[in-house]
Amino acid sequence: MLLQISEPGQSPDPHQRKLAVGIDLGTTNSLVATVRSGTAETLPNISGEHLLPSVVHYGSDCTITGVDARRLAAEDPLNTIISVKRFMGRGINDIHALDDVLPYNFTRTDQGMPFIQTVQGEKSPVQVSAEILKTLRRRAEDSLGGDLLGAVITVPAYFDDAQRQATKDAARLAGLKVLRLLNEPTAAAVAYGLDQGGEGTIAVYDLGGGTFDISILRLHKGVFEVLATGGDTALGGDDFDNAVAGWILQEAGLKMADLCPRGQRKVLDAACAAKIALSDNETTTVAFRSWQGEFTREQFNSLIDPLIDQTLKSVKKSLRDAKLKAVDIDNVVMVGGSTRVLRVRERVAELIGKQPLTSIDPDRVVAIGAALQADVLVGNKSSDDLLLLDVIPLSLGLETMGGLMEKVIHRNTTIPVARAQEFTTFKDGQTAMAIHVLQGEREVIDANRSLARFVLNGIPPMPAGMARIRVTFQVDADGLLSVSARELSSGVEATIEIKPSYGLSEGQIADMLQDSYAFAQEDKDARRLLEARVEAERIFEALESALKKDGDTLLSSEEYEHLTNEARRLAQATKSNDNAFITQVTEDVAKASEVFASRRMNAGIHKALSGHTVQDLADEVSGTQNDGPEE
Amino acid sequence: MSDIPFSDHTGGVDLRSNYFELFGIPVGYDVERSAIQPRYLELQRVVHPDRFAGLGERGQRLAIQYAAFVNEAFDTLCSPLKRALYLLEVSGHPVDVERNTVMDAAFLMEQMSLREELSEVRDSADPEAAVESVRENAEAMMDALKDEFVRLWQEGETGYEQAADCARKMHFAEKLLDEAEQLEEEILDS
Repeated sequence: MLLQISEPGQSPDPHQRKLAVGIDLGTTNSLVATVRSGTAETLPNISGEHLLPSVVHYGSDCTITGVDARRLAAEDPLNTIISVKRFMGRGINDIHALDDVLPYNFTRTDQGMPFIQTVQGEKSPVQVSAEILKTLRRRAEDSLGGDLLGAVITVPAYFDDAQRQATKDAARLAGLKVLRLLNEPTAAAVAYGLDQGGEGTIAVYDLGGGTFDISILRLHKGVFEVLATGGDTALGGDDFDNAVAGWILQEAGLKMADLCPRGQRKVLDAACAAKIALSDNETTTVAFRSWQGEFTREQFNSLIDPLIDQTLKSVKKSLRDAKLKAVDIDNVVMVGGSTRVLRVRERVAELIGKQPLTSIDPDRVVAIGAALQADVLVGNKSSDDLLLLDVIPLSLGLETMGGLMEKVIHRNTTIPVARAQEFTTFKDGQTAMAIHVLQGEREVIDANRSLARFVLNGIPPMPAGMARIRVTFQVDADGLLSVSARELSSGVEATIEIKPSYGLSEGQIADMLQDSYAFAQEDKDARRLLEARVEAERIFEALESALKKDGDTLLSSEEYEHLTNEARRLAQATKSNDNAFITQVTEDVAKASEVFASRRMNAGIHKALSGHTVQDLADEVSGTQNDGPEE
Repeated sequence: MSDIPFSDHTGGVDLRSNYFELFGIPVGYDVERSAIQPRYLELQRVVHPDRFAGLGERGQRLAIQYAAFVNEAFDTLCSPLKRALYLLEVSGHPVDVERNTVMDAAFLMEQMSLREELSEVRDSADPEAAVESVRENAEAMMDALKDEFVRLWQEGETGYEQAADCARKMHFAEKLLDEAEQLEEEILDS
């Protein structure tokens, strides 16, 4: 009577396989990967290139991404956006604070990310990133021959809430369903862990074009438990280039500020080329304008050593957070193009006392790990084989009296997490309370990032100190925060999904969505219908599989019949061409099956508990893993 | 929407089991992280949102609640202070660490002297060593309090009130420890 479904864990036949990808949205390069015939691989474009340079060129009548855009960077620097990831979720002051040469004209906004002025008008960094994601989506859909069910998109582990939200918004603009935001080092650990069946403690050192991450993980029988993470979202290979460019200009008797944007781009390109040449040679010749000179590896090392020192400081800090010493690390994994720099490998090996692993291409390893998780999340592969327990990179808290931050959730807390803190009023008859949400480690609020401000109104007048205001923070598996506040004696409630101060509003995103559909000549109704159907099918399949597995034990015959009818109704609805109708039925069915879902989770917990000793359970956990891919 | 014939409309996390039951261990202060770790991972395998990616937003919200509950339980059982407070709470002797702060004089003196030491760290000749010494002292204080708590707890009804006092002291010790760790980090990072 109903559609065919496959049991979880079994591999469905090829045309039933759900299309999902992992995307590494990098500062310098981006990639898309998927799992085919049990192997994760990155997907090339028609010319066979896997890396898509993260560059977007806005021409007067077209938008170009990738290599072709990169070629236009020196030609037309103002309309060619490079390393846009550094602007994601950042305000104009943060961007000015980047130790970098930026040729762009920014439009200052009251709040939020500055827009970049181009011949196509003002573009938010989110829109620029969306262009890169769109190119990768098309590449994947062309090469896999169908629409994508969803994508796992990677972000630096050290990205804060604003930067994560901006990335998720970019995916939405690109028409991608985000299955999960995954931390880049965790993705790399997945790729290595599942590949080599390694057990133990792993340090992932991830130095990309514009960001640095360090994560310490424990891998045990398919579970990746992040113990600590740290890093710097404004430090990467671009800084190496800047340091070398500075040296070139000094030798040539020039100043960066005196150069036109084209000249600035050219000196940075020369610097980057010199950096790459020194990976294979002890010395290289550098030329810029009329100046020419020799550049040695020794000179290069002394220029970048201070930058590497900064990364090693973060490594030490994360080790302290994980309560480990360098000798406790079993494996060091190198990720990111900048770990090709020999000096980086030397210094890391020296600190940890082990040669780092470099067997998987450091440019591709993150996308591969993301593809592996995407495959699990859409149900192609059983989730028994892989579980990721990640952490938040920075503490979350509230402003209290005297401009101080009180932490509600400490950094390196495992997510998802929900935690509440109670506050009270400090004036008699106070009826409102301002709530200021912050992220960061410092005591003084100004040194931390302000995520949002909201006001809890309607507190019944009471003497000072009598009201009990409970503020609840919840961080989901993507690392995104939502905050709610409630006055306990009256039940007055105020809830916000944190839209960070530097994010885009819902209205702005809706407008951009309209624009992007119009510009790409995409049929937005067709797209919406497709999205509604995909979601309906996901819910249908999940319900069908749940009914088959637990329907007879957890439901009365009446309940079973009710949900079976609901499932049938949903299957019928997907055949409709009315996306609003499909969405409505999907929502109804999801709601109707919520109690069932809840009973299944409770039953799962009880099953995990019933009559086991801790040792039994440990044996059972290892038993279930015997057919895992890492064995 | 059509009528739902379900009896338990509320759904939500099954809070009937307390953290000790959830981890299948006897109610008591003696908990080893390594002993409950396998069960923690098994519970996360059952409730983590990644297991319910197909359930849509509602399913995700539900799974987040469960997974957060399991994380909170694990965190509470592994933390000396939180475990003490939770133990008192489930035994019907909840403690409000913020409000009731009458301490014995000897403990207050010790606290004050450590705080003074902490405030002088930056001016000392070797700040790194100075802050390490404060942290170690705070850790030793915490360890002593843990032993005291176990002893008082084992006395049963007669020891509860003193056990609650001991938990309040732990709260102070933990705050001091946090501050020392934060300062140590700032010194090491600078």
